Amino acid sequence: MTKSNSIRPQTVRTWYRIHKWSSLICTALLLMACVTGLPLVFSDELQTMLEHHVQPVQVEAGAATANIDAMVAETQAKFPSLHPFNVYWDDDEPRVFVNMSPSDKPKDGEIKQAVFDAHTGRLLEIPTDQFNLIGFLLRLHSEIFLGLTGELVMGAMALSFVVSLLSGALVYGPFMRRLRFGTYRADGKPRTRWFDLHNLLGIVTLTWAFVVGATGVMNAISTPLFGIWRAQTMPTILAPYRGKPAPTHFQSVDATVQQVSSALPKMRISSVLFPNKVFGSPQHYLVWTEGKTPLTSRLMTPALVDVQSGAMTVSKGLPWYLRALEVSRPLHFGDYGGLPLKIIWALFDVALIVVLVSGVYLWLIRRRAPVERELNRLVSLEEQHAGAPAR
Amino acid sequence: MSHSFPFRKVYGPAMVIAVITLYGLLSALLGDGMWDALSWVALAVPLAVIAWKYAAGRKVSTKS
Repeated sequence: MTKSNSIRPQTVRTWYRIHKWSSLICTALLLMACVTGLPLVFSDELQTMLEHHVQPVQVEAGAATANIDAMVAETQAKFPSLHPFNVYWDDDEPRVFVNMSPSDKPKDGEIKQAVFDAHTGRLLEIPTDQFNLIGFLLRLHSEIFLGLTGELVMGAMALSFVVSLLSGALVYGPFMRRLRFGTYRADGKPRTRWFDLHNLLGIVTLTWAFVVGATGVMNAISTPLFGIWRAQTMPTILAPYRGKPAPTHFQSVDATVQQVSSALPKMRISSVLFPNKVFGSPQHYLVWTEGKTPLTSRLMTPALVDVQSGAMTVSKGLPWYLRALEVSRPLHFGDYGGLPLKIIWALFDVALIVVLVSGVYLWLIRRRAPVERELNRLVSLEEQHAGAPAR
Repeated sequence: MSHSFPFRKVYGPAMVIAVITLYGLLSALLGDGMWDALSWVALAVPLAVIAWKYAAGRKVSTKS
């Protein structure tokens, strides 16, 4: 009697249980992620507002840039006990950041920074160690101040959220079969109103929530993913250096940048990592480059330049899992379509908070009422109809 | 047939919104300028549906 597209009561019960438990597992941390994510969507704007920085000189497009080595030397003189860690270029303004560190794997607060004007080469400022609101929110949002462990916990949370979304979309069907799409009974009892709101907001924001949840999983496992890539590529590159002492002579950073620029004319240099046993190679500068179009600016290509000989190894692009990670970053942050997209992101985020809170509310009142009575009533309706003649 | 699940009625509108959302999410990723603007318009659709359905529900309740 059961037609192929009718739904068996037992199946609905299973979906419902999966939805309930996967939601309960992720709710608390997810609520925290939604609340901290709201200001983080506007982190660029907040950074500009909260942290005033010395402006670089305005120049015409294509103006010559200053020597990087002079900047590194000046920073080294300011922090004689540290050694150069990396150099990176600001996305929005012609500024160069030089970071100094006591070790290859600096702890929080150990990095000292100097900011230079990319064109004049003048030292703009040495940022003071002040409380960084954006950094604080980001660490809470991504790792609950637990480092890699916290990242993996948040990743598991995001995975549970994705399961909750999929199972939620499945139970949505049986619950909504007698209702018009988007029914909102404002005159109903509180539990009817919240049930309608949960369904309406949940189904309408489903795709957005799924994309942000799935890309959240990707971001959470980025540290292990980069670790796998380094473990796969570095041994081959470093094999010829086995037994050789650490480099003593360092090729100019400026020459390295020029060299990579002419080898990869379609790319823009985003950062240079000094020889580093943990994040790069002890024998090379690791130069990160990115494309110049909206899409390719998300895709980075690394180049390794031997600090002594200047020999260059350009990777043939990153493996697919790192490409997926790179594309998933903007889709998680919502920072790729101007301020209107950020506002849209924030509104979706608020809608998701309502879905979460209403979900918890519905769970609490259903717990007080005999458990899953609603569902049993629904299932019995299904059963009656399954036996009833066609209307 | 009343016992068969009314898939199109229940999931039809949701799937249309899903496709529009997906387009909006990708459009701004693939280009700038016009592509960004189209992304804003597409992603405003689900938000507008929420506002519309919420307002419609309230309107019905004040009438009765």
